[in-house]
Amino acid sequence: MSNTSTDPGASATGAPDVAVRLRGIGKTFPGVVANHDVDIDVRRGTIHAIVGENGAGKSTLMKILYGVQKPDSGTIELDGQPVVLSSPSDAIGHGVGMVFQHFMLADNLTVLENVVLGAEKLHGIGDGARTKIREISAAYGLGIEPDDLVADLGVGARQRIEILKVLYRGARIIILDEPTAVLVPQEVDELFDNLRELKAEGLAVIFISHKLDEVLSVADEVTVIRRGATVSTVPADSVTSRQLAELMVGSELPSPSTELSTVTDVEVLEVVDLHLPDARGGRPLLDGISLRIHRGEILGIAGVEGNGQAELVEAIMGMRPDATGRIELNDGDIAGWSTRERREAGIGYIPEDRHRQGLLLDAPLWENRVLGHQTREPNIAGPFIDRRGARDDTERIVREYDVRSPGIDTLARALSGGNQQKLIVGREMSSEPSLLIAAHPTRGVDVGAQAAIWDHIKRARRDGLAVLLISADLDELIGLSDTIAVLLRGRLVGTFDPGDVTPQQLGSAMTGATDEEETA
Amino acid sequence: MTGSRMTRIALALAAPALALVTAFLITSLVLILAGDDWLGVWSQILSWPTNRTMVNIVNSATVYYLSAVAVAIGFRMNLFNIGVDGQYRIASFAAAWVAGEALLPGPLNIVLALLAGMFVGAMWAGIAGLLRVTRGVSEVISTIMLNAIATAVVAYLLRKVAVREEGSNIISTKPLPEGSRIPGIPFLGGEIYGFVVIAVIVGIAYWVLLNRSRFGFDLRAAGQSESAAVASGINVKKMMLVTMLMSGAIAGLVGLPLLFGQAYAYGSTFQSGLGFAGIAIALLGRNHPIGIAIGALLFAWLDQQSNPLQILLDVSPDIVKVTQGVIVLTVVIAYEVVRRYGVRLEQRHVAAALDPQFQQKEVSA
Ligand SMILES: Nc1ncnc2c1ncn2[C@@H]1O[C@H](COP(=O)(O)OP(=O)(O)OP(=O)(O)O)[C@@H](O)[C@H]1O
Ligand SMILES: [Mg+2]
Repeated sequence: MSNTSTDPGASATGAPDVAVRLRGIGKTFPGVVANHDVDIDVRRGTIHAIVGENGAGKSTLMKILYGVQKPDSGTIELDGQPVVLSSPSDAIGHGVGMVFQHFMLADNLTVLENVVLGAEKLHGIGDGARTKIREISAAYGLGIEPDDLVADLGVGARQRIEILKVLYRGARIIILDEPTAVLVPQEVDELFDNLRELKAEGLAVIFISHKLDEVLSVADEVTVIRRGATVSTVPADSVTSRQLAELMVGSELPSPSTELSTVTDVEVLEVVDLHLPDARGGRPLLDGISLRIHRGEILGIAGVEGNGQAELVEAIMGMRPDATGRIELNDGDIAGWSTRERREAGIGYIPEDRHRQGLLLDAPLWENRVLGHQTREPNIAGPFIDRRGARDDTERIVREYDVRSPGIDTLARALSGGNQQKLIVGREMSSEPSLLIAAHPTRGVDVGAQAAIWDHIKRARRDGLAVLLISADLDELIGLSDTIAVLLRGRLVGTFDPGDVTPQQLGSAMTGATDEEETA
Repeated sequence: MTGSRMTRIALALAAPALALVTAFLITSLVLILAGDDWLGVWSQILSWPTNRTMVNIVNSATVYYLSAVAVAIGFRMNLFNIGVDGQYRIASFAAAWVAGEALLPGPLNIVLALLAGMFVGAMWAGIAGLLRVTRGVSEVISTIMLNAIATAVVAYLLRKVAVREEGSNIISTKPLPEGSRIPGIPFLGGEIYGFVVIAVIVGIAYWVLLNRSRFGFDLRAAGQSESAAVASGINVKKMMLVTMLMSGAIAGLVGLPLLFGQAYAYGSTFQSGLGFAGIAIALLGRNHPIGIAIGALLFAWLDQQSNPLQILLDVSPDIVKVTQGVIVLTVVIAYEVVRRYGVRLEQRHVAAALDPQFQQKEVSA
């Protein structure tokens, strides 16, 4: 750490207010051009959004600005000075910080410990650091207590810690890659308030999102990227989200169709009195959950992340051996079954964390097609893997779900986040499941692909698919579900008819604002 | 397409070649610093072996091969079986003892002894597997300890079993009956172990099982990402245990070429240390059955060709241990260097191929 801690405020006499100037940035990966001649100016004291289809090259561009990837061509200027960023610590030295979509916090440490980790030299690890954290938190309205344990905090707070971490290291330019994907609307509003504080203090904020309405509500300027190249940069108040979407895709968007109910009275999944104790002895993770889903029905589960969604899904998938209660699939008791038996019985599973649970990142796409379906057609021939069959079916998924990839031998790691998600959805929808457990099925996919995935799900529902849908996106929940149940602190606290519930009503039920008093 | 295939093969060979050159340079440096006749050493090692040495190379490579495959099975599932050494010694003893008892006639006795060896090897490794699965004990630690315990157990049991032998100061198990030896295969005027055939079968079975079967898919998936494996329905704990058992079973074969083709009994002079060479060779061969075969031949070549160094040049043959060690270290680095170079090469290719197309798009947009 020998950087000469430049003070960007003082040295910025050259260029008036452009904090970041990217010129002609190019980056090629095996088989794809991720960035090509990208030009962007981000002014100080503004929020600059970057939008584009899945695989357009947004994350790659930000990784270049953060020193994670090296550009093949082009120049970066920060506050008017040309710089070469060859590592994140370089970038931080120049006042650039990045918050990744996957948080990097240690659960069993306090906020203070997490923040100072790796930056012990700045303000020490004791009271100096504590004071500094309080200062930053107060200055930007982050509301963070240095001595809280990270394990006890929700997603929104964790994200604010990540932002604080970046500020603590002296960042004046903050990059957020899809920060809102994991947040419920209230948390999104809070985050945006924080971002406005940052910009009021003269920082530059760059953020990536697929939710165009959000983008327009918070950003000052929007840059659209298509197939690696900048299409245009427009002031946020001069476009509509429809126009943005059309700029992104280069054509008009298909409009989503309205649907009639297809719910039947044939029960597919019945869960009765599901309990899951907390291994650390706290409040039960799942507390007396009962629900049923019929053929052709989508049951939506609303809730702030961390209220038991992950546990509910994993219990139904047989990944939580401590869970007690009855689980019936097509009238057969499956409570004692292994995960594999449940999958074979016709449960498709879109996990919430695609990197940890959904993919083998270092395996090619076609092997990822086999994952989770390695005992079934078309992937097997007797005791052997049927490479031909699996590869052909992967080609089909790539085609039908518009997975943008140089080929099916590409490693899953090399796909953009949204394209990884499309591959998983396509895989789980194949082999005609009778029940689909879908946790955030469209997380990180662009608007066009989101509509396509919704169509796929709706079509399967018409053919009798039952779906348990977990989502942080209330529009998705309301648009797809036949019934919505709210999960709060491990309990189902109410059901709503999506036909006449507003996001506001759902939101307050999710945060417990309308909840009766807690049972001890 | 064939062009890119050729490039891929060339790149695959570049890494080991790079490692060999580096190892050659470093070994030479050591020799020069020590004031030894470094040119003489290399001209001996790189000279074409005599027929007799060639036979020894093949024999020794057979043993190394089995050892490396045993280690590689564990590697594919992210398990570090350092205990191949203890597993093969205790298994060889068991096989020798069973075979010496001659419970069944002729060839059947061989089969019985092979099975006994594989079974004991599997069980010994299974202890480590069980500790890992039930108690979370790292297999690295437990297999190292089990190596030490195996030494003691074999010494103790050998004394018990060998007591009945008379008139010799080397204690060993009862020698195999004539009919239970595996005949050699004529080769360059000498004979190589008949066990070579079994080693080849093991290599093929390893490849088919790991790369083509459903079971192998589960094993590799569990090795790559435990959490994704669990979500896909794999019982990861069972997989760990089974992998350890398989690794141990193959380890149980390691000493048997010696037993059935040369020593005909397990005694206190039975060759040890073969398990550690296996780790190095598995790394060198990247867990690939052919790569491992080449690595095993290379190690065996260095071993056998360095034997006369003491007499010819007054240089300790241990110098090739330096070479072998450096190869293993550098091969890891070399693979990474070559991989990066390959990525750069491909990037240039793609950029060149796509650029005109891109310019067109820009104009039309
Ligand atoms: N490490 C990598 N190796 C190879 N190709 C890569 C790598 N990272 C990204 N790519 C490719 O570069 C292109 C751009 O990817 P990038 O992640 O920047 O997209 P994105 O705009 O962030 O998309 P998303 O909205 O889906 O997150 C994609 O085609 C992707 O497959
Ligand atoms: Mg991305």
